[in-house]
Amino acid sequence: MAKSKRHPAHPASRNRRRFLRSVALGSSVVGFALMGYVPVVTGRAEKLRPPGALLEQEFMAACIKCGQCVQVCPVEAINLRDLTDGFGLGTPWIEARDQACDFSCDGLQCVLACPTGALTHEINYPHQAKMGLARVVDAGRCLAVQGKGFKGQARGPDFTGKLRYDEVDRWNPIRVADHPYDLELCDLCVRQCPIEIRANQCDAGNPPSGDVNQCPPKRAIRLVPLDSEEGKVRMAPEILEGCVGCGVCEMICPVEPAVIVIDYRDRKEVMA
Amino acid sequence: MSRLYDSFAELLGRDPRRPKPDELPEEIREIHARKKNDRERIENIRVELEHKRKNKQPERLRRKRWLVLLAVNLLFVLSFELDIQLLEGALTASRFAGFHMADLNSALQVMLAFKHVVINLVIGTTTVFVLWWLLGGRTFCSWVCPYHLLAEWAEMLHLKLVKKKLVKDHPFDRRTRTVLWVVFALLALITGYTVYETISPTGILSRALIYGPGIALVWVAALLAFEIFYSRRAWCRYLCPIGLTYGVVGATSPFKVQYHLESCFHEGECRKVCLVPHVLDTVIKGRARGLHVDIGADCTRCGRCVEACPTSSLTFRFTGLDKLL
Repeated sequence: MAKSKRHPAHPASRNRRRFLRSVALGSSVVGFALMGYVPVVTGRAEKLRPPGALLEQEFMAACIKCGQCVQVCPVEAINLRDLTDGFGLGTPWIEARDQACDFSCDGLQCVLACPTGALTHEINYPHQAKMGLARVVDAGRCLAVQGKGFKGQARGPDFTGKLRYDEVDRWNPIRVADHPYDLELCDLCVRQCPIEIRANQCDAGNPPSGDVNQCPPKRAIRLVPLDSEEGKVRMAPEILEGCVGCGVCEMICPVEPAVIVIDYRDRKEVMA
Repeated sequence: MSRLYDSFAELLGRDPRRPKPDELPEEIREIHARKKNDRERIENIRVELEHKRKNKQPERLRRKRWLVLLAVNLLFVLSFELDIQLLEGALTASRFAGFHMADLNSALQVMLAFKHVVINLVIGTTTVFVLWWLLGGRTFCSWVCPYHLLAEWAEMLHLKLVKKKLVKDHPFDRRTRTVLWVVFALLALITGYTVYETISPTGILSRALIYGPGIALVWVAALLAFEIFYSRRAWCRYLCPIGLTYGVVGATSPFKVQYHLESCFHEGECRKVCLVPHVLDTVIKGRARGLHVDIGADCTRCGRCVEACPTSSLTFRFTGLDKLL
């Protein structure tokens, strides 16, 4: 030991050590990067994606992780995934319960902003999006099913989520907390559905921006009457073919936890 | 031509070749002999360097470079924060005043993984390619990359610890970067995932600045710790595929640092500050094959050598521009 301290290591052995060190470092870096595959195979990285997102596998390949979609969203619905989502790091996703996509930009700004086509430029209107599919999880807790109305702020005073209310301000979304409701029978999921709102405007002869192409060809959600007891009106939400999975129904549902949720995992089947 | 070949080979990790004494032209050997006898000049430079060491002056160009680097990254942050939409996106892909830009390495990863290129990405990639070809390729590293700045600060700390003999620099084989570049390109092609983006400190830091911090910063911190305690500037020197991509782009760039043999007295001040000292191998006595030698493709045009040189033997040069002026 003492000897090697006095004499510097032989160049050949120094080079050999440097080589081995380099192999170890290189493999550690690649190995660490490949660990990003784990959250992908376990499905952890899979989440509700912005409108126009390609199939999950293609989407992950095409997304350049720049967040331009995040920047253009008027309701700030889009977030970016973290390192714990492996290869999904930097890809956009939507937590519908906190802030759904309400299409208040009308023109699908995130799709237009995407530089790589990960959000496909083939769609132009909200009803063409296929983000997921809404599902009623526990109908018994639904206020409409119980024949109950709803009065007040849909998600309480502290909820920061926003929606665009055409009748309040056509151009700027406002906080849901600033728009209290007074409903005899709760129909929030139907009332605030962006597809239903558009369909109603079209039926009334006022398509959004005066553009008939904005008119959804199919309805997305409705309330179906149930057998009433003692003359009480009871209704149940029913998801229809036109649902695009934007998540507004999940966001606005005043019951905790939400009675209606989005199945984003169905996106593959939805798109197929 | 052979200079370009050497520049590429050194970029990929080959050690610089030293010319045999008889390979050097007569003219150069004469210069070396003349300089050796110029005792007065040598003594003057020694005194000047001694004075510089005792009265440390701030590196002006380095400060300016940091300002540029911070300004570019701040422009990203403010564009989003204040919604002024001047530079939208992050360093991986962005829009400057509406015009598409795409980081070349990120774009490459996406193209290999997705196997399909939309026109916006073609525009963005071409724009950035031309921009960085003109500006020198790895200029991106030292003038824009946010990790580079943190790594420079980590390097200062590392050098302090080395001086106190608390840590030792462990060099790696520079070919590691080339191997990693190939591995990550193949992984993108085969797996269909942009695997490198998962660990790219450039992308992680850029997004953290613009969209807020995340757990991914732990990886960046780990890299910095590795550089402080184990190996000087390890990520930028031996690993980062982005650096290699831009190095290739800048290999034929008109903008470069040029070495002038005649005025150089081989003190080696430049090599001490250089991020990639192998590109300055030519300044060692007897290595330069010509009177004016372009510094190789791996050079980040940071200009620290230009500022450190006591004899102004290293200068920035934009080929063609001097003829125009």
